[in-house]
Amino acid sequence: MDSPSLHVALQQRGPIPLDVHFTCAAGRTVALIGPSGAGKTTILRSIAGLYWPATAHIICNGSVWLDTRDGTARAPHDRRTGLVFQSYALFPHLSARDNVAIALAHLPRAARATAADTYLARVGLSGAGSRRPSSLSGGEQQRVALARALAREPDVLLLDEPFSAIDRPTRRRLHADLAALKSELRAPIILVTHDIEEALALADDVVVIERGSVVHAGTVQGIKSGFVSDRLRALLDLPEPAS
Amino acid sequence: MDWTAFALSLKLAAWTTVLLVPFGMWLARYLAFRRHRTSGVIEALIALPLMLPPTVLGYYLLVSLGGNSPVGKLWTALFGHGLVFTFHGLLVASLLVNLPFAVQPIQRALESLPPDVREAAWVSGLTPLQTFWRVELPLAWPGVLSAFVLTFAHTMGEFGVVLMIGGSIPGETRTAALAIYDRVQTFDQSSAGVMSAALVLVSIVAIAIAYGATGRIGHRRG
Repeated sequence: MDSPSLHVALQQRGPIPLDVHFTCAAGRTVALIGPSGAGKTTILRSIAGLYWPATAHIICNGSVWLDTRDGTARAPHDRRTGLVFQSYALFPHLSARDNVAIALAHLPRAARATAADTYLARVGLSGAGSRRPSSLSGGEQQRVALARALAREPDVLLLDEPFSAIDRPTRRRLHADLAALKSELRAPIILVTHDIEEALALADDVVVIERGSVVHAGTVQGIKSGFVSDRLRALLDLPEPAS
Repeated sequence: MDWTAFALSLKLAAWTTVLLVPFGMWLARYLAFRRHRTSGVIEALIALPLMLPPTVLGYYLLVSLGGNSPVGKLWTALFGHGLVFTFHGLLVASLLVNLPFAVQPIQRALESLPPDVREAAWVSGLTPLQTFWRVELPLAWPGVLSAFVLTFAHTMGEFGVVLMIGGSIPGETRTAALAIYDRVQTFDQSSAGVMSAALVLVSIVAIAIAYGATGRIGHRRG
């Protein structure tokens, strides 16, 4: 059994209520699922260091990233997270290659362009290195954002509804690509989604969030087996079990 | 044509721009990204020179920088001469008067950046300083350029404050705008006309640079 690589405990009354506690082992994917406004993105932003809850304890690979009790707080650039934003947040003034290369500061300068092309090829974007984000389709932009997140060689990969703005056929292809990538990546992956089908297709574990609190935490298998409470079934819009 | 006055205007505009825009950049970044209870007050104070008549502003500067003021006394103690009616006094006044032209374009440009682009830079491993150089500045460059051009052009044409704080001492505080006024007073229409045309030319070139570069960068960003 893998030892837990990411431990997250967040609590605050407001302005965004949070009462969350979960762990994610290296190589596993946890889907944070819940309705819009449940606080899923805030949890992801807290892990990345972009939001600081009133009370928080975040440990990654044994290293404390945030502990509000003793004031330990690592800055976002010091956390080694790969974050794919919902809007992709690509740098519009840089080529796809430079968008990826900017996350490769841990490599010698001369090696960055080649490494960036390798990461682009890894997400199926060979030959697109010189193109600007504005000339890329939504799916291609999503891939550049994923390549940039991977280029950071992250201790944890964070995906904030990365497929929400993509058409269904492209989404299916990207799901397959991400599933393949999971087997290569030895880091915990946290996927925020409000799509239960997506969570069941990509994740190993599911944490259901409602109004900032965990209302269910378990495996994908557990949900697929159909033994879930009526409340959870209604919250996730799961089909009624066959009688 | 009073070349001495014209050269003095260029010197004043250059010094004001070089000293003020970097400070304006820092202040604009603070106001754009760190909202604080005092932000509104600071923004109002920065905008004040746009609202006040230049002579009123010049009067208060004359009082607060004059020989009997604490600033004036300190300046005299340090440098052995007063601040008003000198080029340095003119420069101090110019720095204060042009604050809105140096701050506001950069602040608006920074505020228009999507917040998640800065956050993406941090998460990608860039420190806040690296984020400024590699992401914020290249994206907000049209605003920075506008600040340079507006500060320079406005200083070249400043009249009221310059007259109040500097008088019109040839070679020391008589700028091109003051020289034009003096020539008109002495019915020297032809010199006034040539110098006015020169200032118009400077303004047109400045605006062309600002719009041209902004358009090119905007196209590149798109």
